[in-house]
Amino acid sequence: MIEEKFDAIVVGAGPSGNAAAYTMAKEGLNVLQIERGEYSGSKNVQGAILYADALEKIIPNFREEAPLERHVIEQRMWSMDDKSHTGMHYRSDDFNEEKPNRYTILRAQFDKWFSSKVREAGAVLLCETTVTELVKDTQGNVIGVRTDRGNEPILANVVILAEGVNGLVGQRSGLRSEIKPDTVALAVKEMHFLPRETVEARFNLKGNEGVVIEAMGTITKGMTGTGFLYTNEESISVGIGCIVSDMSESGVTPYDLLEAFKEHPSIKPLLEGSECKEYAAHLIPEGGYKAIPQLVGDGWIVVGDAGQFVNAVHREGSNLAMTTGRIAADTVVWLTRRKEEMSKANFLEYEKRLEQTFVMKDLKKYKGIPALLHSNKQNFFGLYPKLISGALQTWFRVDGVDKVSKEKEIFQSFRRSRTLLGMMGDAFKLVRAWR
Amino acid sequence: MHIVVCIKQVPDSAQIRVHPVTNTIMRQGVPTIINPYDLFALEEALRLRDAMGGEVTVLTMGPPTAADSLRKALAFGADRAVLLTDRYFAGSDTLATSYALSMALTKIASEFGKPEIIFTGKQTIDGDTAQVGPGIAKRLDYNQLTYISRIVETDVAKGEITVERRAEGGIQLLKTKMPALITMLEATNEMRRGAIETALKAARAEVVTWNAEAVGIEDLTKCGLRGSPTIVKRVFAPEARSEKAQLVEVDGDAGAKAEALIAEIFGRAPAVEDDMREFAATHH
Ligand SMILES: Cc1cc2nc3c(=O)[nH]c(=O)nc-3n(C[C@H](O)[C@H](O)[C@H](O)COP(=O)(O)OP(=O)(O)OC[C@H]3O[C@@H](n4cnc5c(N)ncnc54)[C@H](O)[C@@H]3O)c2cc1C
Repeated sequence: MIEEKFDAIVVGAGPSGNAAAYTMAKEGLNVLQIERGEYSGSKNVQGAILYADALEKIIPNFREEAPLERHVIEQRMWSMDDKSHTGMHYRSDDFNEEKPNRYTILRAQFDKWFSSKVREAGAVLLCETTVTELVKDTQGNVIGVRTDRGNEPILANVVILAEGVNGLVGQRSGLRSEIKPDTVALAVKEMHFLPRETVEARFNLKGNEGVVIEAMGTITKGMTGTGFLYTNEESISVGIGCIVSDMSESGVTPYDLLEAFKEHPSIKPLLEGSECKEYAAHLIPEGGYKAIPQLVGDGWIVVGDAGQFVNAVHREGSNLAMTTGRIAADTVVWLTRRKEEMSKANFLEYEKRLEQTFVMKDLKKYKGIPALLHSNKQNFFGLYPKLISGALQTWFRVDGVDKVSKEKEIFQSFRRSRTLLGMMGDAFKLVRAWR
Repeated sequence: MHIVVCIKQVPDSAQIRVHPVTNTIMRQGVPTIINPYDLFALEEALRLRDAMGGEVTVLTMGPPTAADSLRKALAFGADRAVLLTDRYFAGSDTLATSYALSMALTKIASEFGKPEIIFTGKQTIDGDTAQVGPGIAKRLDYNQLTYISRIVETDVAKGEITVERRAEGGIQLLKTKMPALITMLEATNEMRRGAIETALKAARAEVVTWNAEAVGIEDLTKCGLRGSPTIVKRVFAPEARSEKAQLVEVDGDAGAKAEALIAEIFGRAPAVEDDMREFAATHH
């Protein structure tokens, strides 16, 4: 029997769990963090973008120690058909600021570093230990957890569920339902190693500058999803992801999608001569605001991916994870100090505080987007990228055809494939969902 | 009974990569593990302790990050962990390593009690020499039991230990006086999963950390690269064999199949045929 009762148990050591455990431990709470992987980050998919702001609010001087790859100075947004891409690139020397805004990172290294800060702050970390279920008292209040290391419970005043997208512990304990295949994407990613100089020459970079490419179009073969490519110090992360229900409908495997993406004439030269060292697949919750499960109960709080906190439109996840983790922790610290109960009613404070942050504001703003894109996937991820590409090709090709005829041809290509009304409808819906 | 298990943190060989251009082993970013052979030694030590009482101390020499491996050993159930770390130890071969470890073991003996048994794994997966265990035994004058597959009996009263040793062509039943050093063979047991209480204790445990001076090493020329007469001239990946296995299909009885196979072999390697004929001619 373990006599000790912790102030808080955090399930999971991803960005949300680390943010929560760090914040509480730093404030002097007795925190136990449990991670099923060998170490924090061992279960995570490599290569990601770190948004400085969310981490700065937790560890203000993180830039001095965290393992960062490159700071992002250029964003490329591509609409792709099978042979072309239409791009909007934004590059600015303003991003070469003293405290850069976005970085590329390797998750395994970054998470490990973050975890070392959590331990320095005084939290106890148990790795290679899986939480199997929540322990409840007779009234149904959560009072601790059980792990795969025997039946013995460990008790705490509150359990913070930072267990990632699957939310199995919450599910098994009846706090939430299973995630639905149309609200979650499966992403696959590879790391391609290249000498530093090659990365810099290929993307016009100097020093630690970095580029991010985000792409949509026929690369997802009519399914809802996006492809991406990030430059790291000596490697490139490349990946693609689609909504799970689309994949099971189409029968296209994620691996095939990635292979085709890498063979695309716009991507292939960027990866040429590289050596692929890692392949990983992971789920991303993309249901947005409408898919958020119950977030608090008596003795428990949900943070990060487990709460579906991902802004799929902007590919932001870890920053929402850290922010929700931090705010949940702040709430627990606040209640502990006031000697208040860790009850559902008191945890509404967490939800209230979240409403005031970009997390809830952004997810609310885009609440209509996931469903819209999903129900019009053939148009958004097939037809429109093809039409745009065709139009630009007609426009730029100099072949003796006069410009008025070209304009007509372009207009008709649009009319032929989709009624004017349909197109206007899509545009209208998109604008409305965006607002 | 006090038992010490020497473990080593090694790169996970399943994830080691060889640089495509320079052909050198890329250690950077490769996850580390406890040398798998050492885990059999550790589990055996824990079983002995559970059966007879006493303590298990784990000892490793390595960089500060080797503390991770020690913490893992604590989570399995070891009672104490000692890290021997000093930049003077960098580049040690088996001679220098067994010297440094034996000094640490002497200090362990004086601080925590003389170990009746010292365990090591059969060998490490990154060095493959199997020399460090015997080196320690020689330096500390412990009886040496290598390639042990089973511990049959320990008789504390008489100070005797009986073990099975796997040797070419059979198993030897050996009995010796303690203190003894045992190098444990693989697949002799299965590592346990530490209970939650053990894991919690391990997560909070302090690793005892000593440097060269702390274990009384005065002559630094016996340490690290300077104390290591072994020189690695070159590390290279062997060239992959380009030939593929081939299936020789022949109808007929075993004799006919053998004939066809021999013809195939001789056809590919005429020199073998010549050798065989010469052998047959001279050895009739
Ligand atoms: C391919 C891909 C690319 C992405 N790119 C970006 C990006 O560029 N920028 C960005 O901001 N976000 C990105 N994201 C999203 C981001 O990774 C997540 O939003 C973020 O990791 C969520 O953090 P988390 O702590 O909530 O969950 P996770 O990072 O998933 O961590 C959960 C942790 O809990 C552990 N765990 C789970 N169950 C248990 C249990 N029962 N017991 C013990 N431990 C358990 C897991 O092992 C894991 O370590 C990407 C995601 C994917 C898949």
